[in-house]
Amino acid sequence: MSKPKFKNPVVKWIDYRLPIFTFMDHELNHYPTPKNLNYFWNFGSLAGIALITMIVTGIVLSMNYTAHVDHAFDSVERIMRDVNHGWLIRYIHMNASSFFFIVVFVHIFRGLYYGSYKAPRELLWILGVLILLLMMATAFMGYVLPWGQMSFWGATVITNLFSAIPVVGESIVTWLWGGFSVDNSTLNRFFSLHFVLPFVIVGVVILHLVALHRFGSNNPIGIDVKGSQDTLPFNPYYTIKDLFGLGIFLTLLAAAVFFFPNFMGHPDNYIEANPMVTPAHIVPDWYFLPFYAILRAIPDKLGGVLFMFGSIAVLFVLPWLDRSPVRSSQFRPIFKIFFWVLVFDCFLLGYLGAMPAEGIYVILSRVATAYYFFHFLILFPLLPYIEKTKPLPISISQPVLSGAATAAASATREKK
Amino acid sequence: MSKNSNLKSKEDEGKRDFLIVSTYALAGVGAAAFVWPLIDQMNPAADTLALASTEIDLSSLEEGQSITVKWRGKPVFVRYRTKEEIKQANEVSLDEMRDPQLDTDRVTNEKYIVLVGVCTHLGCVPLGQKTGDVKGQYGGWFCPCHGSHYDNSGRIRKGPAPTNLAVPSYKFLSETLIRIG
Repeated sequence: MSKPKFKNPVVKWIDYRLPIFTFMDHELNHYPTPKNLNYFWNFGSLAGIALITMIVTGIVLSMNYTAHVDHAFDSVERIMRDVNHGWLIRYIHMNASSFFFIVVFVHIFRGLYYGSYKAPRELLWILGVLILLLMMATAFMGYVLPWGQMSFWGATVITNLFSAIPVVGESIVTWLWGGFSVDNSTLNRFFSLHFVLPFVIVGVVILHLVALHRFGSNNPIGIDVKGSQDTLPFNPYYTIKDLFGLGIFLTLLAAAVFFFPNFMGHPDNYIEANPMVTPAHIVPDWYFLPFYAILRAIPDKLGGVLFMFGSIAVLFVLPWLDRSPVRSSQFRPIFKIFFWVLVFDCFLLGYLGAMPAEGIYVILSRVATAYYFFHFLILFPLLPYIEKTKPLPISISQPVLSGAATAAASATREKK
Repeated sequence: MSKNSNLKSKEDEGKRDFLIVSTYALAGVGAAAFVWPLIDQMNPAADTLALASTEIDLSSLEEGQSITVKWRGKPVFVRYRTKEEIKQANEVSLDEMRDPQLDTDRVTNEKYIVLVGVCTHLGCVPLGQKTGDVKGQYGGWFCPCHGSHYDNSGRIRKGPAPTNLAVPSYKFLSETLIRIG
């Protein structure tokens, strides 16, 4: 990579002493990116923008919020009614959190489909799973802050998960609460953590990006970049592609904010928290539903908690569970089918998490949970021994430039 | 962008430049529209503005007494001045003052002087409302922070403060009931 030539003398002066412009030019402008990326590669930058949206609106909301059991609910109502544009800012914060999860889930399934977690991108993937965990913690604590019925009972149920830990469980829950139930101390610490964790996420995102830029993006056919003929400079080719995706993302977000802002929320959370009465049917936010379904599928307190956390823990070790050297599902005919089964399974778990825990729903939850773990713990390690993968093209340029050349190339490869 | 060989003519270049400039302009307007609510939320909210006026009942106030009332988070001083004090306030020569103003321009009913009790120097609350308080050399109010002396019309006479104590906008609803704000 040649040194960029800056014309502006001020930029030159600064860059000589602090090479920030060279760095930006290198990572955002010339950054060589595989030329065959499809729109599923938009979701990383979308997640970044969603995170920034959450932080900006969140800081503004915190200027008007009171973290006290007597005032929290009223202060949120005051934001909705009295604070200038408060309704807009809060609805953006609420809906962008859902959109953040949608974007991140697509981003994760993109990684699963195209094998983006495989060597040499294992740490990149692990950092991503860490971001997901931090997001879940942050989202959960954020949901508690409005101090509605769902906030209160969600906080009670989720913190009680830790009581399943043998021997020290009860002490841990008391420690988490800072008392003998979810109360003012709990609300205060949740506010503090909800404020600070997003900045921890920003830190992990930076590591995620450093790891990404070490080897560059994976691509739809999952083979390594062979040279500059396989890449395009990030700017303007992918900046413009990302911006187009961003336009669609913001349109959908605006539609949600302005036309159905409470669609993804729960009406019970507009009733102030009452420690004496549990709502008849309590559910977490939609993005937790699949995990919630797994929790309820296991007929044992500790077992349910372990399986729920296990469903994320398996993602951490996924790079070593998958034994196949081929990254992209495009060349793995059996894996590809199972990939869609997994997608369906996750949607099914999400649906079951929203249903009452009785009758057929419990049985279906168990089947879906069993499949989830089968997919990760048995299918991933064993499938490569049975599956016959399709021949890989020799380079990214080959299948793009001519189909015949690809066939010829793979034929030669097979002869060898 | 002008060196792009795919562009056929000057006219195409012009079209492209127009598209780029108009895209940036629209994006700028969009960004500004998003940023404005984030800034404006720090302005007083509707409930704060609703508290912008306060009514004060003066019927229990006797000659020579003062009361302090909270208005918009700040103290408002009301003093029922004695005849002597009123006379003093009217006789003093304007040449002695830093911020010359007639007493009659500062009151609606000359018995009651109504002031925002915030020193115009750096915002402390001057003494002089309570019976035991130091009232300064001019028998009005004295700011303990940096030593500003105000007379019984709230006019700055000595010390660092640049202007007289502010007179809020108020109205007599009856003989002894006023509304501030």
